[in-house]
Amino acid sequence: MARGCEVRTTRLWIAVASLMLLLPSNSILADTALVVQAKKILTAAGKTIEDGTIVCVDGKIKAVGKTGEMNIPADSKILKCEIVMPGMVDVRTCVGLSGILNIKNDSDQLESSSPLQPELRAIDAYNPREELVEYIRSFGVTTVHTGHAPGELISGQTLIAKTIGNTVEESLLIDGRAIAATLGEGSTKAGKQSPGTRGKQMAMLRALFIEAQEYKSKLAKQTEAKPDKDTNKDTNKDKSSEPVPRNLKLEALVDVLAGKKALLITADRAQDIASAIRLVDEFKIKLWLDSAADAQLMIPEIKAAAITVLLHPSMARASGAKENLSFQTAAKLHAAGIPFAIQGGFEAYVPKVRVILFEAAVAAAHGLSFDAAIESITISPAKILGIQDRVGSIEIGKDADLALFDGDPFEYTTHCVGVVINGQLVSKGN
Amino acid sequence: MLFHKISVAEYTLLPTMPPQSHCQNKSATLTTRRHFLAQSTTAISCAFIADRSLAQSPASSTPGASAALKPNGGAIAWFNATLLPVDKPPIPDGVLIVAGGKIKAIGSKQSTPIPSDATVIDAKGKWIMPGLVCTHSHIGGMGAADSSSPIQPGVRILDSINVRESGFRRALAGGLTTINIMPGSGHLISGQTVYCKLRYFEQSPRIVDDILIRDKQGKPIGGLKMANGTNSHGDSPFPGTRGKSAYLVREQYIKAREYQAKVAAAKDDASKLPPRDLHLESLVEAMQGKRIVHHHTHRHDDIMTVIRLSQEFGFQTVLHHVSDGWKVAKEIAAAKLPCSIIVLDSPGGKLEAKDLVFRNGRVLDEAGVRVAFHTDDGITDSRLFMRSAALAVRAGMNRDKAIAGLTLAGAEMLGLDDRIGSLTVGKDADIAILSGDPLSSYTRVLETWVEGQLAFDLSKSQDNLFAEGGLKAGSDLDPFLCCYAQAWQGGAK
Repeated sequence: MARGCEVRTTRLWIAVASLMLLLPSNSILADTALVVQAKKILTAAGKTIEDGTIVCVDGKIKAVGKTGEMNIPADSKILKCEIVMPGMVDVRTCVGLSGILNIKNDSDQLESSSPLQPELRAIDAYNPREELVEYIRSFGVTTVHTGHAPGELISGQTLIAKTIGNTVEESLLIDGRAIAATLGEGSTKAGKQSPGTRGKQMAMLRALFIEAQEYKSKLAKQTEAKPDKDTNKDTNKDKSSEPVPRNLKLEALVDVLAGKKALLITADRAQDIASAIRLVDEFKIKLWLDSAADAQLMIPEIKAAAITVLLHPSMARASGAKENLSFQTAAKLHAAGIPFAIQGGFEAYVPKVRVILFEAAVAAAHGLSFDAAIESITISPAKILGIQDRVGSIEIGKDADLALFDGDPFEYTTHCVGVVINGQLVSKGN
Repeated sequence: MLFHKISVAEYTLLPTMPPQSHCQNKSATLTTRRHFLAQSTTAISCAFIADRSLAQSPASSTPGASAALKPNGGAIAWFNATLLPVDKPPIPDGVLIVAGGKIKAIGSKQSTPIPSDATVIDAKGKWIMPGLVCTHSHIGGMGAADSSSPIQPGVRILDSINVRESGFRRALAGGLTTINIMPGSGHLISGQTVYCKLRYFEQSPRIVDDILIRDKQGKPIGGLKMANGTNSHGDSPFPGTRGKSAYLVREQYIKAREYQAKVAAAKDDASKLPPRDLHLESLVEAMQGKRIVHHHTHRHDDIMTVIRLSQEFGFQTVLHHVSDGWKVAKEIAAAKLPCSIIVLDSPGGKLEAKDLVFRNGRVLDEAGVRVAFHTDDGITDSRLFMRSAALAVRAGMNRDKAIAGLTLAGAEMLGLDDRIGSLTVGKDADIAILSGDPLSSYTRVLETWVEGQLAFDLSKSQDNLFAEGGLKAGSDLDPFLCCYAQAWQGGAK
């Protein structure tokens, strides 16, 4: 293991050294600006600016406009490129819990001791120094919604992080953003273990949510039962009531019932998508339909239920539950006006992580317009995740998260030539 | 409709003529060179087209260039295309002529006369390249060796292939015409591979024999799949270490050598022949160069082990995957072994592949190693095979070499370069017609022709389904995860 540590240290040194070379020495000073100039700024905010300039100060976008019409602060570090777009937002990945070596020691995306574990927090498992985090960052992915993987009925929670930072706390945007669930063959078990069927999956989920509803109302009563501070009279008629014991599992689901967390359900087959919609109708929860290979066959139902889709990678394998997978699903969702974003997803083998830039490129070659494809990995996921005030587009006041390219970002032969997070150049690209 | 309607007048080599008027149905997308045309040929052509119009509902498909294609029919000539012959520089405004399933002529517009009976197709804006050759695919299943032993060279994958698997049609949608169907990598020697042509026309192949590539004696051609590194490790009788892996392989090849010597000593005396051994027979074929060894290997030290063993026993080897190839490129070049590499969107998934990089192809090529790509379908999707070359070019690989890596280099690694892999006169008329540059992410495969017959046409609804995906386009099988299926459940070995 000592050898591994040495390698890691060396890499960090190289990273530090390259940053020192690339950035002006006073770059960490709060008032130093980073300026990006590009032949095209794809703002993901409704317009493209030709020959544009972006001024970043204090980690935020301070100004955006035509290069000739901009005041550039003195001593600015200037980066030039062909095309700049917002740093990309991966709407659903497991990177950081799932690691490059795919061995026990770096695979924390799925705990299989029980089918229902909404209490597992991603913050306790996310490794911000995972090599694959650095890898996707090198293509311009600056924010990830990551967490527990598909594979159990409820596998755990997710978080949202920037792809930079020494600790999870430093990277974190939102902890506990969603609870990850899986319907269909992806989470059924063999033998006499439950769930063994689709019917049983729904029965178990419904029973747990009903339990959570009851727990929620107990908590509400407890709050109501607190003595009135002015009169010091206990308004609760039931004098014998004990405080409701804490239950981490049900607390997590109460957050879902209260709309504080979304329920992310991985469901590829049409009947599993229908089940997910049934669950939303019954419990009035915020659903993110994950992967959703058959979404193309369920457009009216998804639209009627006003559901958001975290669409599988375009290049996911067309087999198993995804046998009907179509390269055109993104285009069809877009045409129907269904909110969606293209995800990197979870990979059990190779490639161990998928790059949303490449996945969106394939969608763009199969009917999704260029602008919609850019949005599907920038502002659309930011809106879905509720972080659109921070990231997802190039607009004044947002975090200075940018991806720089030497040509059309979707062309295979184009390079990412720089990645900026919070106004700092954090990668030379790929 | 892929090819816009042309009139004779548009074909600049010809004297200006009025458009044909006696063959006016919608199928007149095909126009023959009327001033050379015998009246009877025109009549046959029109009759055939009319036939198809009756047979097909207008909504289901557009009669395309295939309309002209009858078995042993006349020549077909494409003009106005950007041609990528691969064995020669690109031809910007070229003419390609095929007939009788073979390539008859290729060249510039000026230097390539079109025969009088040819069906002429304007391919303006289109790019035409040889049908893609995938040296490593798992379409049709992987049912060769079982779990009883790590070394089973006598087992043939051709006895297991499901020719009705949708993956074959999807591969055509990626411009592939030849694939090497391989057993998996969970064994040191997992069996005999088989080289197949994707002869999926309106009538699908019925049995595996319909897609085999045969030698002059009629025998199916294939290689031998071997693997080292961790995929082929396992509980006894499988090896647990690299040293044991190499030992087990050497032991078998030594036995095969002895077997070979006994056979040679017996000469024609059947009574002196040793009992026939299918496993050893297969290894003898490998040592005689009759069966190319396709060797799965990732890590630099495993690559060196393959080189060592192939030199000891003299089997002709193609290195497959070769994730660490860039680390030992000089050594691979010195051993004169070609590499069929995989390009994946990220490194890792297992320790052996943690240093996989897009520049692998460039580094190997620049060191003098012949480089081909492969899909390892379903590890990567055959429909996106051209992407592998494009990502190598992204990392600096020479463009022409990368395109050869999808075609001619692969053909060489299968020992089929006398028949396929380039647009060369006399080779099989296996071609892919593209909407543009094969290295662009926006380019689509419009048509794929196998041995002079149209096998994929994007404008046909059924072919379009396989190209785009959708209900009934995929495979109702568990995702292909090779020997790593337990990783699906979170804990990899």
